[in-house]
Amino acid sequence: MVTTKNIWESLEKVSDPEIPVLSIVDLGIVRNVEIDKELCTVTITPTYSGCPAMHTIEQEILTTLSPIIKTEVKSTLSPAWTTDWMSENGKKKLREYGIAPPENEVDKSVLFAKPTVVPCPKCNSQDTKMISQFGSTACKAHYQCNQCLEPFDYFKCLR
Amino acid sequence: MNTKNQLYNYILEIADDSLILGQRLSEWCGHGPILEEDIALTNIALDFIGQANNLYEYAATLSENKITPDQLAFLRVDNDFKNALLVEQPNRDFAYTLARQFYFDAFRKLFFEKLIDSKDEQLSAIAEKSLKETKYHLKHSSEWIIRLGDGTEESHNRIQTAIDFLWKYTNELFEDNQAYTEILDLELGISVSALKSTWLEYVHSILTEATLTIPNSPFSQTGGRKGIHTEHLGYLLAEMQYMQRAFPNSTW
Repeated sequence: MVTTKNIWESLEKVSDPEIPVLSIVDLGIVRNVEIDKELCTVTITPTYSGCPAMHTIEQEILTTLSPIIKTEVKSTLSPAWTTDWMSENGKKKLREYGIAPPENEVDKSVLFAKPTVVPCPKCNSQDTKMISQFGSTACKAHYQCNQCLEPFDYFKCLR
Repeated sequence: MNTKNQLYNYILEIADDSLILGQRLSEWCGHGPILEEDIALTNIALDFIGQANNLYEYAATLSENKITPDQLAFLRVDNDFKNALLVEQPNRDFAYTLARQFYFDAFRKLFFEKLIDSKDEQLSAIAEKSLKETKYHLKHSSEWIIRLGDGTEESHNRIQTAIDFLWKYTNELFEDNQAYTEILDLELGISVSALKSTWLEYVHSILTEATLTIPNSPFSQTGGRKGIHTEHLGYLLAEMQYMQRAFPNSTW
């Protein structure tokens, strides 16, 4: 008998194709798992409207779960995903991987606000600078450390 | 038109704005003035195309004919598109691109803030999701207007020219469409004319900070919502739709 607990454990093995170190559960995009008789329904939500990874993630879920149970994947937009949905474990894994996890940020309506202080994931220095608000993917900004000079991605705060 | 039909057209209007502006911005891919801006403009393009996709997917479920989101994007002709004239205007240079973006982002933020209250659950969900992205876009475009306006003589003149030129396309964003009376009555959609004064206030504050002159020409060019477009849309569609036209039903 497959339980929802088994399904959640299996979903831990499905990773975000753009940040392979993070499972979709860590990322907080799995909204619900339901088992009705022989059918499992997994509900996911996109990080950004145009997230190109959604189709791959859906396929990965089906591939992972189909040997265990008949599965369908649904997508929902509300409540909208924010970086607060990311687990503490997920943030830790991000940092170890070299991507700075989201920090609390000031209101976006403040123009030319001092960029958020983002500690360098390599040397932990607070002395870093924002290169660009927009980075390698929709969810990241581009930073550089002034101390060890390492350029790094910052998973920006979305609220 | 019944309510479902009105809602379908209403959603297409929002979706077309997103798709056409997303396509325009994506033209900057590989041509940005600096690498960071190249990435920024294409990131923003992706957000717009993602929003368009969400909206087309929803519209497709309301259509009486069996239609797919791809067909809505790639197989309609220019007169079927309901986007505002502003978003189809060519990129010209970085100043024109940012002026267009600034006018539109300032409108879009107010629009989504209100659309969240829509009694239509899915439309409200799309608005909630899109607003979070739009706030980033508006910050980006507003900062550039100030940077360019308050920058060198060259940058000041060029952004002023762009701001002046595109002004005539802004009023269309705030024209309530008589075809959607039921949508407004049922509080599924929102009145855009009600957003104008807040928009003006914001635009004025940024242009003032940018040391730019606020345009005051009363002339306004409209027609996009009715499918009457400037000559630029046809060329955009020709490029965007080429693959589906040349190889019907092809998929990746």
